[in-house]
Amino acid sequence: MEFKTLLFYLFSTITVLAALRVITARNPVHAVLFLVLAFFNVAGLWMLLQAEFLSLALVMVYVGAVMVLFLFVVMMLDINIERVRAGFWSNLPLGILVGGLLAAEMAVVLSGRYFGLANLPPQNLPANYSNTKELARVLFTDYAYPFEIASVILLVAIIVAVMLTLRKRKDNKAMHSSDQIAVKARDRMRLVKMAPEVELPASAKEGDKA
Amino acid sequence: MEAMVVSFLQGALGTAWPTVKPVWPLVWTLAQIVLIMAPLLLSVAYLTFWERKVIGWMQVRIGPNRVGPWGLLQPIADGLKLFLKEVLFPSAADKKLFVVGPIMAIAPALAAWAVIPFSPGWVLANIDAGVLYLLAVSSVGVYGIIIAGWASNSKYPMFGAMRASAQMISYEVSMGLGLICVLMVSNSLNLSEIVMAQSKGRFASYGLDFMSWNWLPLLPMFGVYLISGVAETNRAPFDVVEGESEIVAGHMVEYSGMAFAMFFLAEYANMILISAMTSIFFLGGWLSPVAFIPDGFHWMAAKMSAILFFFLWIRATFPRYRYDQLMRLGWKVFVPLTLVWILVVGVWMMSPLSIWK
Repeated sequence: MEFKTLLFYLFSTITVLAALRVITARNPVHAVLFLVLAFFNVAGLWMLLQAEFLSLALVMVYVGAVMVLFLFVVMMLDINIERVRAGFWSNLPLGILVGGLLAAEMAVVLSGRYFGLANLPPQNLPANYSNTKELARVLFTDYAYPFEIASVILLVAIIVAVMLTLRKRKDNKAMHSSDQIAVKARDRMRLVKMAPEVELPASAKEGDKA
Repeated sequence: MEAMVVSFLQGALGTAWPTVKPVWPLVWTLAQIVLIMAPLLLSVAYLTFWERKVIGWMQVRIGPNRVGPWGLLQPIADGLKLFLKEVLFPSAADKKLFVVGPIMAIAPALAAWAVIPFSPGWVLANIDAGVLYLLAVSSVGVYGIIIAGWASNSKYPMFGAMRASAQMISYEVSMGLGLICVLMVSNSLNLSEIVMAQSKGRFASYGLDFMSWNWLPLLPMFGVYLISGVAETNRAPFDVVEGESEIVAGHMVEYSGMAFAMFFLAEYANMILISAMTSIFFLGGWLSPVAFIPDGFHWMAAKMSAILFFFLWIRATFPRYRYDQLMRLGWKVFVPLTLVWILVVGVWMMSPLSIWK
């Protein structure tokens, strides 16, 4: 058995177990962390398929950013897991239907050779083949316009999200950092030079000498 | 190197070799990992000592000088003390996640070293997407703090976790955008190639290699990267995550003994990692500053030490940032600055004045 096969079974076993625990875990925070574990192992599987860009992007974007925010929200909420599970039996038929469809589609993809759907290119790529470089070349030449349009749509979404929160209240007493940083010492304080008004008593002067 | 060891083992094991062969990559990689980890953990221990000494001198004190000659055994004594202390579990804590927290903090800090080249060829995994790997692994580090904060089931750790997740995600953005400029001028994601790309240029042809390194043409990005690095490791003056006067020790309040030490190991390993990354991306890695002195690992070590000293220096001299100022610096200063500089570098590279042809 090759070492890669060993790794494949390790990653896929952990993925399946973690995914199962996502839906069976009693604590929502545990469920989110199992989802993170599942993502991480899927990234490992993609790495075995020599798709290093997708694999690292999955870790960076989903594990490193999206799931952190997700975890953050779940920690803040007080989710009653019993109430969430209440409708289990009534929703079961729909769940089985969706799950069955997904399984059937995956079966079609996996048995692509049998159905004649996939003419997969040979996977024996040279060691210096860079998946990242190839992806970038296609993305910025053949698909430059779709790529730009997609990024502009994302930018619009970001700006809209910022605009939604720009809501000034009249009684807002928040501090303005830029005003605070721009302040000069002479705006706040005036140094005055003046002669001492009181003569020191003789005894104090004596004390200084002693 | 590997071929030599393999041929020796084939001779030594004889017929037993085929049974060892499937796990050989694992054994060989583990051996290399130990070769990187052992010096790293030793440097972490002595970085804590050096920090206490440097801050002591800056505050006109002597610093630790009791254990061993010149206090040199102090980190060993500290480690032994933490090792022998009991790890306390708060009664309301989530026991499993309480243990997972410190592990998740230290694992990415050590895993990132896999792609760091120390000298030509001295690298565990010379992968093509090295920068992506570094970004991906370092983005996982925040889980340790969040899990620790939540699992402690206590107020200050929760505050620490909230602050940490916001701060680390914010500064990852400016760090990543700063790196984009480096990738543009180096034309590669491979760390060794990024270093070698800095050995070319007009000044390098005059023998003044240090003027050709990325820090000069990308000076604003160098500043942004270094400061974001300080914020990313939650070091002073950006240590709002564990600020003593505000939230005691943040996510570490409920930890004791070795579990507490793991967070510290992770913090210092991350500091050394950031210094290594800054040397590779902006200061020419193992390259010598002038042409007539040979390159080598000692240059990389010297650059890393200088950046680590910078970390300690600002800790001793700057007051802590307020939380809203921290967020303002990340989002309103660094992100726009990096975005503009990406444009500037893009135009510069396409113009006849480009120095990266």
